[in-house]
Amino acid sequence: MRRTAIRWTWAILVLAACSGSDWLQFRGTDNRSVSDEKHLATTFADDENVAWKAPLPGRGPSSPIVVDGRVVVTCSSGPRQDRLRVLSFDAATGERQWERQLWATGSTICNPYGAVANNTPASDGSSIFAFYSSNDLVCFDLEGNLKWLRGLTYEHPTTRNEAGMGSSPLVVGGVVIVQLENQGESFVAGIDAADGTTRWRLERQPDAVWCSPTVLRGNTPDDDLVLLQTRGRFTGHDPRTGEELWVYEADCHTIASSTTSGDCIYLPANGLHALRYDPAARRVEPLWYEQRLRGGNSSPVVHDGRVYRIKSPAILVCADAADGGVLWQVRLKGPIWATPVVADGHLYAVNHDGLVHVVRLGEQGALVGTSQIDAGILASPAVAHHAIFFRSDAHLWKVALPRAPEANP
Amino acid sequence: MGTFSRLLPALCLAAALPAHAFAADLEPLLKKLLAVGPGGAGSREAQQAWQQLARADASQLPTILAALDEAGPLAANWIRCAADAIAERVVHGGGTLPREELERFVLDRRHAPRARRLAYEWLVRVDPTAPDRLMPGMLDDPSVELRRDAVARLIDEAARTAEGGEPGKAVPRWRKALTAARDLDQIELLASRLRKQGEPVDLARHFGFIVRWKLIGPFDNTGEKGYDVAYPPEREIDLAASYPGKHGPAKWIEHETDHKFGRVDLNQALGEEKDVVGYAAAEFYSDRERAVEFRLASDNAVKLWLGGARIDAHHVYHAGSQFDQYASRGVLRPGRNVILVKVCQNEQTQNWARGWSFQLRLCDSTGGAVLSGDRE
Repeated sequence: MRRTAIRWTWAILVLAACSGSDWLQFRGTDNRSVSDEKHLATTFADDENVAWKAPLPGRGPSSPIVVDGRVVVTCSSGPRQDRLRVLSFDAATGERQWERQLWATGSTICNPYGAVANNTPASDGSSIFAFYSSNDLVCFDLEGNLKWLRGLTYEHPTTRNEAGMGSSPLVVGGVVIVQLENQGESFVAGIDAADGTTRWRLERQPDAVWCSPTVLRGNTPDDDLVLLQTRGRFTGHDPRTGEELWVYEADCHTIASSTTSGDCIYLPANGLHALRYDPAARRVEPLWYEQRLRGGNSSPVVHDGRVYRIKSPAILVCADAADGGVLWQVRLKGPIWATPVVADGHLYAVNHDGLVHVVRLGEQGALVGTSQIDAGILASPAVAHHAIFFRSDAHLWKVALPRAPEANP
Repeated sequence: MGTFSRLLPALCLAAALPAHAFAADLEPLLKKLLAVGPGGAGSREAQQAWQQLARADASQLPTILAALDEAGPLAANWIRCAADAIAERVVHGGGTLPREELERFVLDRRHAPRARRLAYEWLVRVDPTAPDRLMPGMLDDPSVELRRDAVARLIDEAARTAEGGEPGKAVPRWRKALTAARDLDQIELLASRLRKQGEPVDLARHFGFIVRWKLIGPFDNTGEKGYDVAYPPEREIDLAASYPGKHGPAKWIEHETDHKFGRVDLNQALGEEKDVVGYAAAEFYSDRERAVEFRLASDNAVKLWLGGARIDAHHVYHAGSQFDQYASRGVLRPGRNVILVKVCQNEQTQNWARGWSFQLRLCDSTGGAVLSGDRE
């Protein structure tokens, strides 16, 4: 009996090692744009290291997410961009498993650069929460069964942005947090992940903000915080109640979102602010501020004691996460909207023309590869299952080395 | 309206169609989906009903689609997801969908336009010959998506005719397509083709933009407070009156725009200013009582009234102005109707914030122009 149990445990461990980590929401499960995946391709083309390439039926700056062997992506289509789509693909084969469509119930007007599928979906591992610029929020289980939906502009007709809404949802502690800051009725809401009802709501000033909520992981899931940035204020909240726990005043960026590493928070605000959260005192303390780390619209990435920021026009800047001191820079080719990802010792940055830059990280950064995919890319890639998943307005790619590494638990 | 009474017409309509008698076991499931409301109301009950509905037989698709006739926007998405799930399951499983029933549903214009389009898309998946059979009759379809595809086919036919070396022979097709077209991209393409052949095209008229206005202003909007101030034109429309304006007496003036999409430039008509409010009034004559859509666009904060009743308002400045930006509904009375637009400019001084303008058109639910009876 004991031997059987050990075998099963071993089998599960092997399977877990083979399957790799999921990538559950915007900028990854912890919104950090960092993956532990290894053995990733650094160059690729249609006939090199592309495991599969699937056509997409609509446009979208939204990033793919990877959950339980599925790649989920949202699109919008139609002459009015009012067809809201959610598609699930088998991560291993690229086979389309299911697709669901909704009709937008809110405004579908947005900047032609973007699309109504601006917002990256989120998952808690058992459900998928798809959100759109029309402020339609819908929940499916992993098999595509509809669980609930909300039409947040249908409910609040002035909640809209003539350039499009771009904030991605965050799911934490059984709550889906959506930030709807715009020039009309402006608010942040915590939606119950189980039934779609509103658990809490925070009023906001009428002003356009495209930032996404960020999770700050605590020692236990009960200690997780949600970070919200708006013009002039950066705040930490209890995701279950919305209660504001602390505030840090800064000239916050209205597109690039904060990122975290341990108890440290890196806030784009006319430069970059580094803060440390003290969970005992439930407050943040400033560590440093570096104006030279002012970036574009992509969010900062922090990994292994380094901060990475893409400055306009397309300069990758690496700084010391301890003091903000700039260590090196690498010139890339812009324009770059998508937040880069870091995995396996490399940073992957894709520009709007579909040129993927691969920069080897170290004492000095080195551009070690460029690969070309479709033009029109605003979405950050997802990294999971020994692969990188890119999406454009036309395709979803799985980029992976031909053979996955042997499991070595 | 009660849930069942909302459902009843759809069920009766479905029952009236000979090929798919109503399946009684769907009724309680559809009722639960039709009962969902804002705030996630009814989601738990709908979730269970949806799971059962999604397992329905493909033969029941027309009945499920018919429930869309009475569904509000939220319920419609529950129902369409169920219909998609059924059709997807059957097609992926190698089965087939009820082609004849779906085609009958598509052709029955009593059904909701979006339901018919959904039926059409699944029909085409299992019967690729359907577009050739159905599209020629859809140039005047209430579904803007079906109509769009029919117009696209006519554009393609005209292109083939024009490629023969005599583009003039394509003019009747282009003209027919323009009459049917509702989408901006198709209309601009067709207008371009026709104008190249020397054919006149009045886009403002085609879309139903109001081009003749009475304007008055400026009134004060310092600190954006004028948006909530009811200046005299909001209380009465007396075209002979004069009121205290921001810089002295303000009087109504006549204005006719020649912008191709009916844009009224208040900087040009009333003088370029900051922190100001302007009003535009128009008389609109209808031969009958009729529901219409008001499609308004502006870079400025706007309010819209029909016959003294406010029907739209947006306190937004310089966030971008797009074609058909704001849509609202109203009912025209027989005879004379008065439309009033309030357009507020704020204090922003950036070059991109100079605009003080608006455009307004009246149309039917497809976007087809509704013109005033006195329009030349």
